[in-house]
Amino acid sequence: MLEVLKRIARGGVLSEPLPTADEVRREQGRLQSSLLEVVGRALCIRHVDAGSCNGCELEIHALNNPYYNLEGAGIRFVASPRHADLLLVTGPVSVNMEEALRRTYDATPDPKLVVAVGDCGACGGVFGESYASLGSIAKVIPVDVTVPGCPPTPVAILQGILGATRKAPSRGRNP
Amino acid sequence: MAPASSAVKAVPLLANVRGRRLLAPEREQWSGMAESMKAGGAGLLALWGTDDRDRDGCFRIHAAYLLPDEVVLVEHALPAGSESYPGLGPLFPVAGRLQRSVADLLGLRAEGGDERGWLRHGGWPETFFPLRRDSPATARFARISAPYPFVAVSGDGVHEIPVGPVHAGTIEPGNFRFSVVGEKVLRLEERLGYTHKGVARRFEQLSQSEGQRLAARLSGDSAVAFSWAYCAALEAVTGVAVPPRAAALRALVLERERIANHLGDLGALGNDAGFAFGLAQFSRLKEDLLRANAQALGARYPFDFVVPGGVARDLPAGAPAALTTQLGALETAITELRRIYDDHPGLQDRFREAGRLERELAGTLGALGLAARASGLGRDLRVDQPWPPYDRLAPKLAVRTEGDVAARVQVRFDEVLESIRLCRLLLDGLPDGATGVEVPAAEPDRLGIGLIEGWRGPVLIALHAGPGGAIRRCHPHDPSCQNWPLLEFAILGNIVPDFPLINKSFNLSYSGQDG
Ligand code: SF4
Repeated sequence: MLEVLKRIARGGVLSEPLPTADEVRREQGRLQSSLLEVVGRALCIRHVDAGSCNGCELEIHALNNPYYNLEGAGIRFVASPRHADLLLVTGPVSVNMEEALRRTYDATPDPKLVVAVGDCGACGGVFGESYASLGSIAKVIPVDVTVPGCPPTPVAILQGILGATRKAPSRGRNP
Repeated sequence: MAPASSAVKAVPLLANVRGRRLLAPEREQWSGMAESMKAGGAGLLALWGTDDRDRDGCFRIHAAYLLPDEVVLVEHALPAGSESYPGLGPLFPVAGRLQRSVADLLGLRAEGGDERGWLRHGGWPETFFPLRRDSPATARFARISAPYPFVAVSGDGVHEIPVGPVHAGTIEPGNFRFSVVGEKVLRLEERLGYTHKGVARRFEQLSQSEGQRLAARLSGDSAVAFSWAYCAALEAVTGVAVPPRAAALRALVLERERIANHLGDLGALGNDAGFAFGLAQFSRLKEDLLRANAQALGARYPFDFVVPGGVARDLPAGAPAALTTQLGALETAITELRRIYDDHPGLQDRFREAGRLERELAGTLGALGLAARASGLGRDLRVDQPWPPYDRLAPKLAVRTEGDVAARVQVRFDEVLESIRLCRLLLDGLPDGATGVEVPAAEPDRLGIGLIEGWRGPVLIALHAGPGGAIRRCHPHDPSCQNWPLLEFAILGNIVPDFPLINKSFNLSYSGQDG
């Protein structure tokens, strides 16, 4: 236990000012106030992999590392769509995941936000459309914001989430 | 039976590793070769089919076998009009799902095999075979929903727990059917294929020079390994030798990919065993590594760094020194964290004995890579068949015999430290010279193999060249195909709440297996 405490002490509090994390922290500040304005409480996110290559998942995971301090910014990943305000969807939608994606969307209570992550989510990416791939997320469910990149950086994903919460009051529900 | 191999024709294998390519005209030879491979201690690495009816009226079935010192390709042309071949399941259990994939994509049936669809979930009809040349690329279908016939388990007090395909947590989709008594797992049956994106067909729409971009995206966590395998296959068919500086830089990014994944897993494994401190520490170290990637390689995840003929860019001035310094700090931190993990009784209690896979079973099932090494099977392509630059690096093999979660944790620790050593060596002795050469179009009908030891295990690309720089057929193979079935055995007798930990200790790719 002593070793653990020593390590924590030496590591310091990483979400404290760091020269390389300026952009992130600015983003977090904005995000937090936007969340308070729009959602009025913590934002609950459900991730859905609709057929990704798992690259986007790596960067979504990174959002939970101490540098981005997502929970500190008022964002939580939840295990059920029923508890979610926002779906973070990756991948081109594979034909084999279409039904599961629709069901997850339907199970998410209104009003709900959808952020399509990655070039694949935005347009089908390198996989395009085929007998097995439907292409972009918007082909299957309404999307509020797309985050291009392959994979997009955690900062870009955060900006996408923020963008979606800003759009929330006036967003249209048609794909 | 007379040795079938007498009539089998050998042709040179174009690959980055040693090997042979054997043409087996008769079906008995196809089966006979499988038997002699099995007897010689080989594992079945990959299986794919090709539609060559436009050339000689035949379909072909291809098997890649992996021996400690070489890879052996066996191909068999089915008689004209025939759409079935002798199944390999009785010799190699891993053949089961591979054969089902060939059946779904190309309509070739393995005799005596499981007839259930594997990649086809009702999204396209049973009569449509995407890899047949007469199947239109524009074909789209309405979904036909049908329940998957899981194998039923009955008995006193046995009940079933279905999980997935969408999971609680940021992971890929797959379906797990547990049969349990109380909390103990009696049986686990996996159903995969949810992320099938039709990559093999997609390759055929790309040129040889474009194929790397798709290869990098077969399984994002192994982007470097797959890009390199693709480029190695293309370089083998075109006879291109990569400049030494490019080879060194490729190995540098491959080892950094290994380090990044191992760091992520070590943190997640700590977390799954109730030690959130581990996750915070290791995810921080991983983030540091990714940020250094962004500076030195141009991207946190350098998907398109390895390109045909070499690498996409050189390191900026000062980068080797900066990377070396950071690797030193990383080594210190990991050594310290390893001691904390090793000395933590609660953590070790969860790791030890959990998800045990005995060496013999691992061998029978054809386990590959990290999972195999944790069960005492000491195979690593970087050590067994080192391709440049590994031939001058003498990588050390990491192997443990216990086969449990603890062993898979230890292999990761050993490997991450060894990768740091290799990166330092590479940065220290970085050869001068070009970072790439032009790659001409391959001669049509050549077949090249790229085989690279990624962080999870060997990844393979089989590239059949078409005319004018086209891809006639490209078959990718991820070691997850071999290792997913291991999980069905490793979980037996464990309790359901330990599944996330045991699953994570393998950390297999869904996208890589699904194609
Ligand atoms: S956008 Fe890139 S990283 Fe994300 S799923 Fe698509 S190919 Fe993978």
